[in-house]
Amino acid sequence: MPISIRESGTADGIPVSPGRQDVSDRAIPAIDDDAAAVDMFTPTQSVAARFRRNKLSIFGAVIVAVAVAAALFAPWLSPLDPDAVDARSRLAPIGTEGHLLGSDELGRDILSRLIWGARVTLLVSLSATAIALIVGTFLGLIGGYFLGWLDSVIMRLIDVLMAFPYFLLALTVIAVLGPGLLNGMIAVALVNIPFFTRIVRGVTLSIRESDYVMAARGIGASNTRILVRHVLLNCVSTVIVAGTLNIGWMITAAAALSFLGLGVQPPTSDWGTMLSSGRQFLSAAPHVATLPGLAIFITVLGFNLLGDGLRDALDPRLRE
Amino acid sequence: MRSTHGCGSNRGVPEQIQNGEPPVASDAPLLDVVGLKTHFFTFGGVVKAVDGVSLSVRRGETLGVVGESGCGKSVTALSVIGLVPNPPGRIVAGRIDFEGRGDVLGVSAEAMREIRGNEISMIFQEPMTSLNPVFRVGTQIAEAIRLHRQVSKKEAMERAIERLGLVGIPSPMARARDYPHQLSGGMRQRVMIAMAVACQPKLLLADEPTTALDVTVQAQILDLMNRMKEASGAAIMLITHDMGVIAEMCQRVSVMYAGVVVEHTDVRTLFANPLHPYTVGLLDSIPRGRSKASGQLKTIPGIVPNLLHLPKGCRFQDRCSQVHAACRESEPPLAAVCDGGDGGHLVRCWLHVSPSETPARP
Repeated sequence: MPISIRESGTADGIPVSPGRQDVSDRAIPAIDDDAAAVDMFTPTQSVAARFRRNKLSIFGAVIVAVAVAAALFAPWLSPLDPDAVDARSRLAPIGTEGHLLGSDELGRDILSRLIWGARVTLLVSLSATAIALIVGTFLGLIGGYFLGWLDSVIMRLIDVLMAFPYFLLALTVIAVLGPGLLNGMIAVALVNIPFFTRIVRGVTLSIRESDYVMAARGIGASNTRILVRHVLLNCVSTVIVAGTLNIGWMITAAAALSFLGLGVQPPTSDWGTMLSSGRQFLSAAPHVATLPGLAIFITVLGFNLLGDGLRDALDPRLRE
Repeated sequence: MRSTHGCGSNRGVPEQIQNGEPPVASDAPLLDVVGLKTHFFTFGGVVKAVDGVSLSVRRGETLGVVGESGCGKSVTALSVIGLVPNPPGRIVAGRIDFEGRGDVLGVSAEAMREIRGNEISMIFQEPMTSLNPVFRVGTQIAEAIRLHRQVSKKEAMERAIERLGLVGIPSPMARARDYPHQLSGGMRQRVMIAMAVACQPKLLLADEPTTALDVTVQAQILDLMNRMKEASGAAIMLITHDMGVIAEMCQRVSVMYAGVVVEHTDVRTLFANPLHPYTVGLLDSIPRGRSKASGQLKTIPGIVPNLLHLPKGCRFQDRCSQVHAACRESEPPLAAVCDGGDGGHLVRCWLHVSPSETPARP
């Protein structure tokens, strides 16, 4: 076998393989550009690492975890029955024996009611977000990918939804369907569909023009396949962030509906109804209204901090 | 130099015969594009990106398509594989005959999907963005295989790893589990090539496969493409603006300008005896390290004409140093000329064709 010769006339000076062999035997003259590769993190690991570096988002995650734990383990965590009326200690102040956070106008234990209320509040806001997220993402995906008349129809419907004042639309839905937990959920979900549709459509518009979608078409992938594997999966990080931020709004919206008596109906109660009934005693016993208000505020803050942290951690501009 | 064969005939004797390698049915080209017109319908008017291109790729050969940015090279390739963005683009005329099976422009979207990636596949210019960031590279190659072959996921992955080894990626088992962002540009282009050849296509469209890579890696990738071609017998249509790449890779060359082919010949003739003033200009624009005499790079003056408002007559007239009255009158046909080539030297220039001669190709 002769030694490698340099082909004259080529500027690169790559040795030309002498003789013919099986391709697999002589396929590897080029490893040097591999040296620049491979940071040792997989994407998921590096996202987690970036998330951990952000103190505020950790704080948010802790708040969310506490709220979720309270909702999940309410029967074991709550010291008293949330609906047990105790006529002897009505409007008890914070720190009263037997009522750590005081009691309301019927003598019900506020701490227990907050813990059980977390269950209803989170259930409503999480499921409403899930409904809005699934419907909104689906509409945005097919609109942004196929464009044409389908996109026009979807986006004009979304525009109609958006043209209504946010809360008026929810009230209209309740007026049609009647008040109640489930209907309140549907109302806030419907109101939030445009939020997801517009975000996902925007991302889809840019992904459908991307080189890797072109390359996927080039290997003969069908539209459905491209839509699910290539477009949807690349929308996921955006949708996660939007969803987390959206839960905060949903909590406020659900509480607002309950405050107006249009959401959860007694005897079940969430933080919104507690706030509503407590407002009558604002001067005599301010904690009855303030505590559920604080619970709403802190939980919403927690979800927003978590969402912000996730956004920063998943932001592709920071991803190297 | 070879002797002249039937000057004026538009198809020469295939090169393989002269090299003593018996070709299989090489008289019928693998890909035959005739009078292709791909237009883009924009608000400003109709952009005739490809305006009557005819070219053919024979089995096992590499055809170079060379020209400036915006001359219609890429759109020609996208038309062949059926990926012209529509709207605004549309193929308005012409036929694309693949393997003598008849016009692929007429087949259904589903049949075209069956051809894409299986019999014709494409290597794109930008390896950094042509891989989906959320999938491991092995999965992406396996996807290409599973789209066209009835194999299990495990088997597809094994084949994908084998392909990664073939394109010169060290420890392919481990690399198959990497995400695209963990690989360098050259590595990613290797993955793209592995993906393109995954189903052993008969025709590979390479759209400036080395433009985005640095020079040392360019040479490796070109070398790799040549080896893959030898191993599989696939033909390549190589789009580039780099004359060095043409010299390295191609047997025949079509030079494109403003949506049409202006010169077509074999690669030796192109470098030895370029006829069209545009080709001459392109060759003069190559930086040559040895001639330090002038110290300045030569350029072709002016820019590609606006495809919305093409001048009457020859498309190159405003940049041509040898422009004369006939050029302003009407567009010259792509006609055969008599020189040392294999009879397939075609030029679209009034300097080399008298207006009375009939065009060699429609």
